[in-house]
Amino acid sequence: MSAVAAVPIRKTAGSLDVEQIREQFPILRTWVRGHELVYLDNAATSQKPQSVIDAIVAYYESGNANIHRGVHYLSEKATEEFEAGRRAVQRFIHAAQSSEIIFVRGTTEAINLVAQTYGRANVGAGDEIVVTAMEHHSNIVPWQMLCQEKGATLRVAPINDQGEVLIEEYEKLLGPKTKLVAIGHVSNALGTLNPVKRMIAMAHAKGIPVLVDGAQAVPHIPVDVQDLDCDFYAFSAHKMYGPTGIGVLYGKQALLEAMPPWQGGGDMISSVTWEKTTYNKVPHKFEAGTPDMAAVAGLKAAIEFLDEVGIDKVAAHEHELLEYATEVVSAISGVRLIGTAAEKAGVLSFVLEDVHPHDIGTILDQEGIAVRTGHHCAQPVMDRFSIPATVRASFAVYNTRAEVDALARGLRKVMEVFG
Amino acid sequence: MAELRDLYQEVILEHSKAPRNYREPAHTNHKAEGYNPLCGDRFTVYLEMDGDTVRDIGFQGAGCAISKASASMMTQTVKGKTKAEAHTIFQRFHDLVTGHGHGQETELGKLAVFSGVSEFPMRVKCATLAWHTLEAALEGSQEKVSTE
Repeated sequence: MSAVAAVPIRKTAGSLDVEQIREQFPILRTWVRGHELVYLDNAATSQKPQSVIDAIVAYYESGNANIHRGVHYLSEKATEEFEAGRRAVQRFIHAAQSSEIIFVRGTTEAINLVAQTYGRANVGAGDEIVVTAMEHHSNIVPWQMLCQEKGATLRVAPINDQGEVLIEEYEKLLGPKTKLVAIGHVSNALGTLNPVKRMIAMAHAKGIPVLVDGAQAVPHIPVDVQDLDCDFYAFSAHKMYGPTGIGVLYGKQALLEAMPPWQGGGDMISSVTWEKTTYNKVPHKFEAGTPDMAAVAGLKAAIEFLDEVGIDKVAAHEHELLEYATEVVSAISGVRLIGTAAEKAGVLSFVLEDVHPHDIGTILDQEGIAVRTGHHCAQPVMDRFSIPATVRASFAVYNTRAEVDALARGLRKVMEVFG
Repeated sequence: MAELRDLYQEVILEHSKAPRNYREPAHTNHKAEGYNPLCGDRFTVYLEMDGDTVRDIGFQGAGCAISKASASMMTQTVKGKTKAEAHTIFQRFHDLVTGHGHGQETELGKLAVFSGVSEFPMRVKCATLAWHTLEAALEGSQEKVSTE
């Protein structure tokens, strides 16, 4: 396959017309330091298609009013668009009903919501919460805070040298004290695709509910929350071609109904008196205050974009790119891949001899190539592999083999400077 | 690539590969730790102070080429200097790497090789981490230093 790099650039892959997709992303026309932008930092945030940008503009140009309040035309229209966004998310992740979709600021807020409501109500002194050793800080710190408050313990399922959860060890951690399992679907630092369905079944066999951090999964693979049977699922719009500032917490209806509310305020109540306030039904119980309505319009457009391309095609395209990148990058002398799980999605993390990732990032940037360097908000993962940081290239539907080749050329330049 | 060579000058690359004074001096009486949580760069600067004078200095830790070379050359520069002199050199160095030090390169001697950093604003924190750590060690501060 190494001969592929020498043949003329192929900009299409599989049944995807990548050029046609790229045309929909205005930012990809940016030139960086005399080079065409090669954007390989999609796990941090993806770029946005014109349709998403247009939906946000259209919202403010012709649809803006506060929702769930007024009886006037615009308020009704804004409410309908907001609730249509909720139904779009429901269909996209195959939730049973739209009331199971709660809009939050992003994955981090979704996890904190669960920790502060479900967690506070159900976790007590001596109890345990189980996570894996490859979690993002946002799926570690909210649980540490809860454990500290309640006198509970955070237990960590270990991973092997490939970056895969040791399933037997995970299962051993599940016991009568375990009140919740919180696991990433896809690791942002390693790219590992965890066998969450199996892990959820193991927890359910012992009556333990499971939260899945889906921030890195939803943009890359089809997600069916009913098939997974997860109790909570959290993700962000901005990593799936949508706007920043909006994300989703999915929760099973019965769990959401039993949970105490989170923030207090308008929209989350059904009546307020000095004597007694009653809370609104789900999902509104968890949506105090005026939400980011324009962002929901953008998220809906992002889902429509993904539906149009087809998430299966996205997954196949990115899988092919990841395989190609793995081959091309690991062929460079001195490269050590960090995260070599059998099942991966969208992320290639590596180190290059003893050249520090920040130096690599600066040199690649001079070539117009955007990668992430650092610990990727997953310091325990870096500690596990005894490294301070990695270089991470992460792929989206608009990336091409030519861009992978540009990355490989950039890495050879790094070796010229540091060799 | 011209700008890149301005940043990664030979002297800098050489110091990053073979840092000087990369050790804890036997008679250390001041030390401080510097850490940039976002990059993961982490250095400890050790001082043997004789009154107000840096009699010996060393450092240990991990970081990028810029931060390591800066730490290495800093130890060479401030050895034998007084606290006040070290402080003045840092001020000039800081001006240099942030692009405010025009015309001061000659006063900085070898440290002038870091002038290219001013073209890379994201890397200023790398070049100054060891210096901020030195300041903390000189002041006897127990707080962990960060340039982020």
